Amino acid sequence: MNIILRGLKNMSLNDFFSMGGYAVYVWSAYGISFIVLFLNIILAIRNEYKTLNEIKKRLQNNKK
Amino acid sequence: MYKWIHQFGSPKYFYDISIPLSKWIAIVCAISFIGGLYGGLVLAPADYQQGDSFRIIYLHVPAAWMSLFVYLVIAFSGAVSLIWHIKITDIIARASAPIGASFTFLALVTGAIWGKPMWGTYWVWDARLTSELILLFLYLGYIALQSAFSDKRIAARAGAILVLIGVINIPIIHYSVEWWSTLHQGPTISKLDKPSIHLTMLIPLLLMVLAFKTFYITTLLIRARSEILGYEYNSSWVKKYVIK
Repeated sequence: MNIILRGLKNMSLNDFFSMGGYAVYVWSAYGISFIVLFLNIILAIRNEYKTLNEIKKRLQNNKK
Repeated sequence: MYKWIHQFGSPKYFYDISIPLSKWIAIVCAISFIGGLYGGLVLAPADYQQGDSFRIIYLHVPAAWMSLFVYLVIAFSGAVSLIWHIKITDIIARASAPIGASFTFLALVTGAIWGKPMWGTYWVWDARLTSELILLFLYLGYIALQSAFSDKRIAARAGAILVLIGVINIPIIHYSVEWWSTLHQGPTISKLDKPSIHLTMLIPLLLMVLAFKTFYITTLLIRARSEILGYEYNSSWVKKYVIK
């Protein structure tokens, strides 16, 4: 617990964003990773809804 | 045990159990992600050689590990479905492929971004990088093959054969940094009893590995569900489920 709090105290926001001069590399790597992971979730969920809707439509057509 | 395997192999059972399972695993994923990011970006000290650029390791290593792990899952499921013709392993293999491909893509991209400040170049054609690129092509080939056949069973069989041939690439990737001289640094935590990094750096890394692994399982379960519905749309339990 102590370590966690100390980490916050020792770090200024400036240090955090500048990443010791490597900001471009570090933040672009993290940015791209988040986009890719986020897309993974969105596409997976969208896929599930799409399949469900397709089956629903097919069942309704069969009833007619 | 056999009964359990049989139950788990039934698409309906898998579908039912995957809904609560994916929720709980997603929670574990979110917690370990937050912990790993905080530990990796805030708590861990800068590396004495690489400065703050080493923090890319918290994405690069988990992504690279998972790119190999997911491939082995697909290969294992492929072998099982070739031998025993089990539907659920086909489904797991198909659902894993896009996730594994994106992990491979991430490993390559974060590696390139890390390479620029450290090696002075985004890319070199050395053993580790080239074999990882081949892994990405294997994933893409598998995905293309899946959409090339209208019969899902034939697609699964063809994909399984492709993936099993490609397994030869996995040990090559893993040992490439030892077999060939390369710009890529040696393994960081292969020796768990005596790791070459400090605990404040290691713990966030392990958290991120857990986060990536649980992320894979969560998205796999979601994707597997829609694959199951696609396979089983004619069975009565799917109809009941959809109408409800």
